[in-house]
Amino acid sequence: MKTKETSFVGFIKALPKNLFSGLVVSLIALPLGLGLAMASEAPPIAGVITAIVGGIIVSVLGGSFVTISGPGNGLVGVVLVAITTLGLTATYAAIICSGVILVILGFLRLGKLADYFPSSAIQGMLAAIGLIILGKQFHIMLGNKIVRNSGIDYLLEIPNTLITVINYQDKGLIYAAVAGLISLAIMVFYSKVRNKYLQLIPAPMWIVIVSVGFSYYYELILQAPNPISKDYMIPGIPNLQEIITDIPTPNFDMVGSLSFWSSVIALTLIASIESLLSIKAVDKLDVFRRRSNVNKDIKALGLATVVSGFLGGLNVVTVIARSSVNVNNGGSNRSSNLFHALFLVVFIVLFSSELTRIPLTALMAILVYTGYKLASPDVVRRILTIGKEQLIIFFATLFVTLKVGLISGIVAGLIATFIIHIVITRNLSLFIKNILKPNVLMFKEENGSYFISVKHFCSFLNFNLLKNKLEAIPEQNDVILDFSLCGFVDHSVMESVHDYQELFTKKGGNIGVIGLDVLGAKSKHPFALRRLLPLQNIIPNNKTKRQKNLGLVANDFELSFDPLKSKDSVFLENFIYFKTKKVEHVFNQLSAKNSPCRLFDITFSEGEFIAKEVVRSTMLCIKTPSSVPAFTLDREGLLERFYALAGYKDIDIKNHADFSKRFYLRGENARDIRTLFTDELVLFFESNAYYHIESSNDGLLVFSKERIASIKEIKALLDFGVRLNKIINNV
Amino acid sequence: MNTIAFKTIGIGVTFSPNLEANINEAARLALCFSSKLILIHVGEASEKKSNTFLKFLSPFEDKGLKFELFFKSGDPVDVILTSTEEKKVDLLIIGALKKENFFKYYLGSIARKITRQASCSVLLLINPSIERVPCKHIVVNGLKDPKTKETVNTAFFVGHHLGADKITVVEEIDQDEVSVKVDDDKSLRKSNIIKERLRLREEARVKKVLDTIPEKLTKDLAIKSQPIFGKRGYSIGHYAQVARADLLVMNAPSKMTFWDRLFPHDIEHILTELPTDVLIVQ
Repeated sequence: MKTKETSFVGFIKALPKNLFSGLVVSLIALPLGLGLAMASEAPPIAGVITAIVGGIIVSVLGGSFVTISGPGNGLVGVVLVAITTLGLTATYAAIICSGVILVILGFLRLGKLADYFPSSAIQGMLAAIGLIILGKQFHIMLGNKIVRNSGIDYLLEIPNTLITVINYQDKGLIYAAVAGLISLAIMVFYSKVRNKYLQLIPAPMWIVIVSVGFSYYYELILQAPNPISKDYMIPGIPNLQEIITDIPTPNFDMVGSLSFWSSVIALTLIASIESLLSIKAVDKLDVFRRRSNVNKDIKALGLATVVSGFLGGLNVVTVIARSSVNVNNGGSNRSSNLFHALFLVVFIVLFSSELTRIPLTALMAILVYTGYKLASPDVVRRILTIGKEQLIIFFATLFVTLKVGLISGIVAGLIATFIIHIVITRNLSLFIKNILKPNVLMFKEENGSYFISVKHFCSFLNFNLLKNKLEAIPEQNDVILDFSLCGFVDHSVMESVHDYQELFTKKGGNIGVIGLDVLGAKSKHPFALRRLLPLQNIIPNNKTKRQKNLGLVANDFELSFDPLKSKDSVFLENFIYFKTKKVEHVFNQLSAKNSPCRLFDITFSEGEFIAKEVVRSTMLCIKTPSSVPAFTLDREGLLERFYALAGYKDIDIKNHADFSKRFYLRGENARDIRTLFTDELVLFFESNAYYHIESSNDGLLVFSKERIASIKEIKALLDFGVRLNKIINNV
Repeated sequence: MNTIAFKTIGIGVTFSPNLEANINEAARLALCFSSKLILIHVGEASEKKSNTFLKFLSPFEDKGLKFELFFKSGDPVDVILTSTEEKKVDLLIIGALKKENFFKYYLGSIARKITRQASCSVLLLINPSIERVPCKHIVVNGLKDPKTKETVNTAFFVGHHLGADKITVVEEIDQDEVSVKVDDDKSLRKSNIIKERLRLREEARVKKVLDTIPEKLTKDLAIKSQPIFGKRGYSIGHYAQVARADLLVMNAPSKMTFWDRLFPHDIEHILTELPTDVLIVQ
């Protein structure tokens, strides 16, 4: 079965879009690559080399579809340790070795290594990495370079640095600190401002543009030297010739030493965990819901790491933030990864000298922000809602990682998890007796649906057995997952099962989990229960002023008002707008049984993992006859013309040149759309306010801005919807 | 002509709380199959012991049960094994505990040793009861094995006599037979095609076996065939548990070595976690 998306023609058709998204991604990859390399105390260009090598090799040989590869956040801590203990050239050797191990893991089909780590322990490890990055770069961001022994010491120094900054006398340092703070502000507020022109250029690139512009302003207009202290500017970026002549020779002298191999193991472990988590998360974002070949990707990443190590680059991993940006900008196949690498080459060839105009403090602000994202209080809060015991695992991993090292940290997390499981079940033999048993039974029932029964226990220790069975089911099928013979199900499993449920739902299948209530009654595992509890609802009596007003609006339009959060968002699944977004819940709903209109506030997220952005918005959904073809209607702007260049087609309506000029209309079936857009409908759109309108099998989706609407806007939206519905029904 | 018959049923009895239940179950079965019941007791014969046994057997004696008491001292395993051969027992009934102790497994419990070494068919009862619990659903293995034909036949024989409603033949297909590993959408499609092929192959094979069974035995039974991809010997037990079967009928194991016990497979899995009553057909 070859679909349009996988065929060659489809590939060529999608090329312009991928070129565009590759460009956007490269705009982030450049500053981030420089920053990540500098944070690991490697030469800044190493990060860019990593991204280029990774992009080229993984796009050709990889097994995933919309991922971007390059230098990773998680590895900063490990590479830093390796460089300080081994030295730079021996670190390159360690990177090469870890690449070789990754290739071997790929061939042994052990790409699923990360499945054996409990999710709270991984969260703890990532948070620790985030703190290591944040702790170290925070000082540089404020123009106060210090050297300490461990990650914790850096964190403890933060108050001192703040005091030092306030007392700065040196103007150069003050400018440096201000540049850092402004950059941090750009990173923080960028995602809050939902403006499509602003969003076209990623935040890190804005920082680059602003700081390069600032430098030119001083040079050309004020004719004065850049006021930022020379110590806090990016040290020389070599040009292409220098890069080629200066390729470092990896130093394999330390191959016999223990510290070398512990670095290799740490590099491999973190590289594979970060890549796997990212691949898994990005698969959820893929518009076409393809399944990545993890082992093939691991092999490609390993090979890319080997090459990168020889060329003076770092470990190549799959990175979540850049991949999310790729998906959001229309990347649909591996060519976007390749284009991102090629654009980086172009940047280095053309602008390598301009890059030295970027202040170091600005670059480090990007890292401080990514570090914060990894270790943000939200992570802790989320884990706490799952269960207190998860918090113990989380902090155990976090502290051991900070104090001792990454490998010890993850081992501590594993042990803590296992001990907690034993304490909760008070049954050691349950685990020891049954760990090697093939405890998962799957069979196909006569009606074609699958039945999976799990015995004894199901935790991170043996989840791969269940996972293998789930992987072997095409996602369009119905599955019943029965835990009633199971004595214990842990949080990692519940979380993964939940992910699979989402995946199946999106592809038209379904996983029904049964038998957990039995477990709950025995109260042996609170984690399982937590996931199944209905949504925590706000107390209905405690309405905000807006909610009271919404109630009044509902009366005006003869609708009923329901302020409670609801997970039921199936009616949104078919809209293109939500293809790359994940609906968390809808709330403040205005609806009625006999009315086709349904207005609601919605919380959804874009991107996954640390690149996750939560957006709240108000939307209107109108049920229409199924004869209405699928289309998207937007106000035509600069961006849409740009999109048109990147391969999105605008459908023109005859005799309405003005409409075609002002609106951007697209859809698969141009003929049906043209018949739908009668003079009356065109006139209606022309004479009313602009809305983003989307049609699918389930009806029309109408909204104006990606934020919660005011009461006045809601009234206008509802009125617009009611009138639009009348006209469409007439057509 | 059907050759299967349990002419003589044997049961090892000791004075445990389960004694009455065990005797009742055995006697009921003997009546069902119209066979002779032999009570084997390891120990010296005495008037008192005989009276106890006779007290439990008397209600069945009225219904026409033929039985014999057999006393012999010695090692329990040896006594029971030799006496079954001596008395030409066709079916040996063993009352089992549902969960055996973890460490016992390595030492080998009496019941387990007997099961492994018995030359006749063995019925392991997990829940012997004084009152009759109807046997509704029988699960039988449909492995590709010369013994399977006999086993499936026996399952139908037992099902017919116990008045079961339904027999499910389970074909366990080893995961290794699916030569394609699932990595992405393409390999998933491939592996599903191979699986479908294997299922058809297995179902055809089972159908051939079923065709040899006399109609007299099959007419009142709903017959179902269920292929399962999974670990041999383990998944059928799991299935029996999930399907709430009342009796699981299995082939007798081939030769056992030390390694088979250390790395349990086939019947050993069933012995460690008895999912339901198990009949092992020799």
